[in-house]
Amino acid sequence: MKGMCPECEGEVTIPEDAQSGEILVCPDCGIELELTSLDPIQLSLAPKEAEDWGE
Amino acid sequence: MKIGVLMTRLRIEEKWLFEALEKRGMAYEKIDDREVQFNLDHPGEWDSYSVVLERSLSYGRGLYACKILNGWGIPTVNTSAVEDTCGDKLWTSAALKFAGVPQPEVRVAFTPESALAAIEAMGYPVVLKPVIGSWGRMVSKINDRDAAEAILEHREVLGNYQQNIFYIQEYIQKPGRDIRAFVVGDKTIAAIYRTSEHWITNTARGGQGSACEVTPELDKICVDAARAVGGGVLAVDILEDKKRGLLVNEVNHTMEFHTSVPVTGIDIPGFVIDYTIEVGKKKDEFRAQYHPVPHASIVEILR
Repeated sequence: MKGMCPECEGEVTIPEDAQSGEILVCPDCGIELELTSLDPIQLSLAPKEAEDWGE
Repeated sequence: MKIGVLMTRLRIEEKWLFEALEKRGMAYEKIDDREVQFNLDHPGEWDSYSVVLERSLSYGRGLYACKILNGWGIPTVNTSAVEDTCGDKLWTSAALKFAGVPQPEVRVAFTPESALAAIEAMGYPVVLKPVIGSWGRMVSKINDRDAAEAILEHREVLGNYQQNIFYIQEYIQKPGRDIRAFVVGDKTIAAIYRTSEHWITNTARGGQGSACEVTPELDKICVDAARAVGGGVLAVDILEDKKRGLLVNEVNHTMEFHTSVPVTGIDIPGFVIDYTIEVGKKKDEFRAQYHPVPHASIVEILR
């Protein structure tokens, strides 16, 4: 499966076992992407780390 | 029984948790914290969950969601009271002190001037931490008065009022590592050393994990710390002091374990799910007993 990076339009390979919500990294520009849909494949920019993120 | 999993991102931890749920044949739903809405008058579909496992990356979203859910009588792992306590380092320290759990010396001040006086009284170095924050962000080791004055001035102008709650912790000369231990219920199920050449040893900041034996001493202080903050599924950070032994540094309420599972071989997500299922079985008891003000009996005494 392949998707397109919304930032640089690079080709992103989607792993066979990928799940919706998974974070992938664009191999071309290195930006973090969120797999928002599997059928059809949709990639969005992943949410940026916020001040209150953590454990 | 149906379990809700409130989350921001699908990390490896969430994947492992879903695998554990599926392995046990549990019905569950993923709940994206960016999409949720709450009408305080009507729990609606939320009430279909026996329990909600809170895995939000955002402290604020997780905390307030759990406050609402608990108010409706829906149990969460962890409870909002535990999240309230663990999410704030000062509240955590106060809870540990109340329970008599050993920790580094902590002083608190509300102005740069009084904070500087507290630091000078403690002696250098000290560690200045934001009361709310994670992954080692804005944690500062202050080695001398010049650094103290600079950092306190920066904190004063940051704008967020919480940056003017000065939480000053004694610096512990640890042996290039700390301990991250995992408590589920009344047991320390696993622990790792986090080693780094940097004084900050968080794995999020490059610390390397290695196996750490859960000794009776380590188990006791970790379980004591977990109980002190209200109990549940917790990660306890421990510092080793040459003279005083083990000291509790922090207690985390939405723990990450991507490093610890491969290092220890312990099925941490399995333990978390088993605990969550047990909590879900007690929904009726939770609903009957829960009160949004944790220490309502004190309010009655003072009335």
